[in-house]
Amino acid sequence: MALYSEKVMDHFRNPRNVGVIENADGVGEVGNAKCGDIMKMYLKIDGGVITDVKFETFGCASAVASSSMATELIKGQPVEEAMRLTNKAVAEALDGLPDYKMHCSVLAEEAIKNALDDYYAKHPELKKE
Amino acid sequence: MFIYADNAATTKMSRTAIEAMLPFLDGYYGNPSSLYAAGQKAKEALESARADIARCIGADPREIIFTSGGSESDNQAVLSAAFAGAGKGKKHIVSDTIEHHAVLHTLKKLEREGFEITLVPVGENGIVRAEDIKAAIRDDTCLVTVMYANNEIGTIQPVKEIGAVCRERGVVFHTDAVQAVGHIPVDVNADNIDLLSASAHKFRGPKGVGFLYARRGVRLYNLIEGGAQERGKRAGTENVAGIAAMSAALKEAVGNMEANSKKLCSLRDRLIKGLSEIPHSALNGDANRRLPSNVNFCFEGIEGESLLLLLDDKGICASSGSACTSGSLDPSHVLLAIGRVHDVAHGSLRLTPGEDATEAEIDYIIDSVKEVVERLRGFSPVWRDLVAGKKEFIL
Ligand SMILES: Cc1ncc(COP(=O)(O)O)c(C=O)c1O
Ligand SMILES: [Zn+2]
Repeated sequence: MALYSEKVMDHFRNPRNVGVIENADGVGEVGNAKCGDIMKMYLKIDGGVITDVKFETFGCASAVASSSMATELIKGQPVEEAMRLTNKAVAEALDGLPDYKMHCSVLAEEAIKNALDDYYAKHPELKKE
Repeated sequence: MFIYADNAATTKMSRTAIEAMLPFLDGYYGNPSSLYAAGQKAKEALESARADIARCIGADPREIIFTSGGSESDNQAVLSAAFAGAGKGKKHIVSDTIEHHAVLHTLKKLEREGFEITLVPVGENGIVRAEDIKAAIRDDTCLVTVMYANNEIGTIQPVKEIGAVCRERGVVFHTDAVQAVGHIPVDVNADNIDLLSASAHKFRGPKGVGFLYARRGVRLYNLIEGGAQERGKRAGTENVAGIAAMSAALKEAVGNMEANSKKLCSLRDRLIKGLSEIPHSALNGDANRRLPSNVNFCFEGIEGESLLLLLDDKGICASSGSACTSGSLDPSHVLLAIGRVHDVAHGSLRLTPGEDATEAEIDYIIDSVKEVVERLRGFSPVWRDLVAGKKEFIL
């Protein structure tokens, strides 16, 4: 059995939405070099909808694939929808991850939340409780 | 293209070793402890293997115990010296920070049982200094254990000098020579070694078989109790086929050592030179005092597992000391011990080509690594910060 599913390898080899967005509406960065995975997410938000998303990742294949898949899952989605993205959904969309690699998909969820927090910090008037 | 450059992990069995194994799987399958001819044939093979192996490291055949490999030999060697020491009230052991886990975890276990362990630090070049070992030895030291050569960064330790220090102080000296035997000259007398561990699959023999050298007079503790095999020091019907193959592989490796080593050193240095051209990279371990086939680099701004998988796509088998390849959160203890910080240690790559590698293959590896490192740096937020000057380069 291979270490990763075909889906994971596909997203690792051909990551979607790689790059940066200049003047992004929300930027999130999570992880640290100590643990070996760092993710940075950039969001473009228009009328409460995520119109564009880009990412950069330093990390293992699982981290790269999770960030790539996460960007696909939230692109075009309303902000409230993206806020509800879980690492479980990311892992499932990738046809599963090895147990000891689940923490890498948690980072993807956190990177998006972090970017959305940044967006709300810039636009406190939009934050609905 | 398929290039196996992970010979420090394991090797492909040599044809000679495979041939040496076959008669004992098929014709001479008797138990070496049986009295009839079919058993005695197996016994003869066992004893001739023992004599050949002993000769390869300058030992006496009676000083060789067959085991299941490097880990078992390390465990038995360390525990033997520890328990013998404890019997005389000596419960202090000296080792170093870059040992294999087979030694380090055994020492940890002993520590929990009341032994005191001193791990001598290594220099930035990954070499242990004999003076430091000497300074760490106390009156209650029962064992010094320092590996012959390191499995990750390939550094060759001053075993002979350390052995001399131990002899002077009357302390038992064990060396994990799993990466050295069959690759560089090892002589238990010239090198002042009392206990030595070796493993067949690192010198083109089969997996799951190895040996322990124990100098006459050094008492062994049994890990496995049962029958009287191996002079009562290791019970269990012997792995005759594996042992015959191990001895054939070792004889061949020792016979070809000079030629192989010369060739490998030249390929190694070509690889080191090529990879050094990658900006913000660094060789791990000493440039000269290293195993003929070992190349180990850190590349700043990238992570090792990604590097390995993209190299695998190019047909190159390599290994890394990154956390994500080990299943733990920490990168290799060896890289941390030579002073590589976490950020950089995650981006390590070990290449250990075999003696059948060609210069063209080495050049292909160099080009592939350059390409893959550049690609990964292309979407690394760490690399972006480094290039933008938001973070300082370490390498
Ligand atoms: C230095 C060293 N010691 C011990 C071992 C363990 O040997 P084995 O795999 O035969 O148990 C290895 C191999 O991984 C090694 O490189
Ligand atoms: Zn990871």
